[in-house]
Amino acid sequence: MAQQIEASRRGFLATASAALGAFTLGFRIPGAAAQGATVPEINAWVVVKPDDSIVIRIARSEMGQGTLTGLAQLVAEELNADWSKVTTEYPTPAQNLARKRVWGNMSTGGSRGIRESHDYVRKGGAAARMMLVQAAAESWGVPAGECRAANSTVTHAASGRTASYGSLAAAAARVTPPTEVTLKDPREWTIAGKPVPRLDTVDKTNGKQVYGADLKLPNMLNAAIRDCPVFGGKLRSVDEAVVANRRGVRKVLRVGDSAVAVVADTWWQAKSALDALPIEWDEGPNAEVSSASIAEWLKAGLDAPEAAVGNRAGDAKAAIGVAAKTVEAVYAYPFQNHACMEPMNATALWTADRCEVWTPTQNGEAALAAASEAAGLPPSKCEVYKIHLGGGFGRRGAVHDWVRQVVEIARQMPGTPVKLLWSREEDMLHGRFHPVTQCKLVGGLDAQGNLTGLTMRISGQSIVAGIFPQNIRDGRDPVVFQGLNPGGEEAAIGYGIPNILIDHAMRNPHVPPGFWRGVNLNQNTIYLECFIDELAHAAGRDPLEFRRALMTRHPKHLAVLNAVAERAGWGTPAAPKDGMPVHRGLAQTMGFGSYVAACAEVSVSDAGELKIHRIVAATDPGHAVNPQQIAAQVEGSFVYGLSAALHGECTVAKGRIEQENFDSYPVLRLDEMPAVETILLPSGGFWGGVGEPTIAVAAPAVLNAIFAATGKRVRTLPLRHTDLRRA
Amino acid sequence: MAKLNINGQVHEVDVEGDTPLLWVIREQIGLTGTKYGCGIAQCGACTVHVDGVATRSCTLPVEAVTEEQKIVTIEGLSPDGRHPLQQAWVALDVPQCGYCQSGMLMAAAALLAENPKPTEADIRAGITNICRCGTYNRVLAGIQRAAGETGARG
Repeated sequence: MAQQIEASRRGFLATASAALGAFTLGFRIPGAAAQGATVPEINAWVVVKPDDSIVIRIARSEMGQGTLTGLAQLVAEELNADWSKVTTEYPTPAQNLARKRVWGNMSTGGSRGIRESHDYVRKGGAAARMMLVQAAAESWGVPAGECRAANSTVTHAASGRTASYGSLAAAAARVTPPTEVTLKDPREWTIAGKPVPRLDTVDKTNGKQVYGADLKLPNMLNAAIRDCPVFGGKLRSVDEAVVANRRGVRKVLRVGDSAVAVVADTWWQAKSALDALPIEWDEGPNAEVSSASIAEWLKAGLDAPEAAVGNRAGDAKAAIGVAAKTVEAVYAYPFQNHACMEPMNATALWTADRCEVWTPTQNGEAALAAASEAAGLPPSKCEVYKIHLGGGFGRRGAVHDWVRQVVEIARQMPGTPVKLLWSREEDMLHGRFHPVTQCKLVGGLDAQGNLTGLTMRISGQSIVAGIFPQNIRDGRDPVVFQGLNPGGEEAAIGYGIPNILIDHAMRNPHVPPGFWRGVNLNQNTIYLECFIDELAHAAGRDPLEFRRALMTRHPKHLAVLNAVAERAGWGTPAAPKDGMPVHRGLAQTMGFGSYVAACAEVSVSDAGELKIHRIVAATDPGHAVNPQQIAAQVEGSFVYGLSAALHGECTVAKGRIEQENFDSYPVLRLDEMPAVETILLPSGGFWGGVGEPTIAVAAPAVLNAIFAATGKRVRTLPLRHTDLRRA
Repeated sequence: MAKLNINGQVHEVDVEGDTPLLWVIREQIGLTGTKYGCGIAQCGACTVHVDGVATRSCTLPVEAVTEEQKIVTIEGLSPDGRHPLQQAWVALDVPQCGYCQSGMLMAAAALLAENPKPTEADIRAGITNICRCGTYNRVLAGIQRAAGETGARG
């Protein structure tokens, strides 16, 4: 632990360290980690203690996806560390700012945790190793080139001398950092690339892992909040006298112009008082919006003349005009809530000259910016301590509405720490929702059944317009075309179609959109991959063969598709399961830097009951840092994708979201979970993410298998709206 | 004033009788391994044992629990964190974010206590807790491993 502690903080440190254990994650005293306290860092990424234990600094957030372990593997690999001695800690966002962002971007989304930072974190590990070697060489008076580092020990073979990293760390910290660093060929890796166990598992099996919702600070009060359920509405009045005398209630506070919070001794007291509090809302201009009115507006966008182009080659409309056969279909995808298991929460302590916030966040720096704004203090007078997330999925990244709220509450109670925890209902009503879109596709086939032209009109919401409007250029949101881009290294379509036009008619309802795990790749892949299946059927061709014919210039896309087809036994009949025939469906896409494909095996009973037996999924992420954690991400991605495909839908009535809890927003549970077989095909030469891409192939693979089983095309999600009974 | 036997220790707590057991455990007793997920007994993150029965504590008023009833939370599942399920969870790296796993483990422990050799169908029917990260297949394998099976799927 850090030794140099402000006296006033000792009490808190004792509380925090007892509750959290040493090195836990953002809970060290401000500045201590970066300044190194009594143990100087070798560089920003590596601290080695006299007992040989190693602290690797992790700038990205751990939300279950295993990034903490993967990044530590990459640093430890180049450090030639003894992996059993490795621990981790989070530097804080304010430390990062104070040190000119020495830890780079802290944002943890878009499956970027490893793929965006692998180079500089490995260089950090390699530089630290070189400095340890240099320190040993200098102390022995031998050339550094004669020394070798392995397993946290430097050896000079000629003289038989050895020194542990711990004994060298103080001297290494004074060595001038190298200017040239050479990284290992991944084929030489012994820690990275291996299925090592996660570093954070044990505390997640015994109740010791402290989440934001569990935080306790001395003299802390608890807050529950209700924001106007109609987006864009305002708080008109509350009758606080009704709850003022309830046990434990300390304050009823306005938060911004649209929310009210009750602050009490315990959260249950605060939440119960809030439930009893008479509140009047000014519901504002959106109070009559409904799912039907949104759908009508989007439908008009399917044929609107104005649209931003994402992918154009040849003349698709002309090609379709002369086609031997045309196929047309309209698909639709609803709002989804992230529904993290841990509802939004944060704790804040505000005084006139400092504001501190403890919160689970995917982006510590964005949380710091939100805290600073709400606190009325510059970032240099604010700090954010990151806590492991109880789920993130994009909800806790770009927008920190709950951080603003807790700071606005704490600002009204100077000197008193306040923890704000949203109820599940608040979390469901005030999500940042997966965008709503519709899509009209038209394809033209020639007499031989070849696809000669494709148009794809997306109508609907832009996440970027809602969150980063400055990134909209000439009315065009580039992220809308994920998985459909004409080429390049990110989210490129996997088909060579001679005449193609993909465009977007932007229509932004008042429901705030967010980056929802998988983002726009999710619905785009459903639209394209289900429609490709429709085209194959119309052409009288096998869906795999039809795809292959379009993929001759897309070898990486093709390789993962071929891998799932081969493993699943495509082309040979599937063995019946429980007396039911089993049918298969395929899908492939590319996004977040990786190439993915899936083959689903399903049965549909005469009564229309769907059973998903097995998913075979292949991923080419370029390089694989921890294969067993990639498998965990792939398995989890099918839960997320299939939850949405089978069940997930947030509907709008009277301007507000109708689903308030898991009873009306069902998600996949163990009884519906298929077996998932993960095929990992790292082809090298690039770095792709693994947290998101396979979500996108979950739904279309299953929907195409349902068509194979029933002859029914499901074009409007979720699936529960479609009657799968045999006609 | 209510008396509660939690993890073998009797606690006296001064709360309104309709306070859910979950919030007494978290806020009065100070054991935060038991989680709030939904408040309506849907997700199972708040699962504890009451006399050995897996119970969703977020909807159980504390006044409905007697001093004689034995409440066990994740902190009391084993003295050393080495319950066969906890060992299996570590061996298979079951948790992702981990927030649901206390409830998942408590539900699984109650299942195994009642049915030491469950079939895969028993487990699928018996574990209804929600995990949003999607650990279900490793939860299934973890229970099978703890039950002394190979963990292979049937």
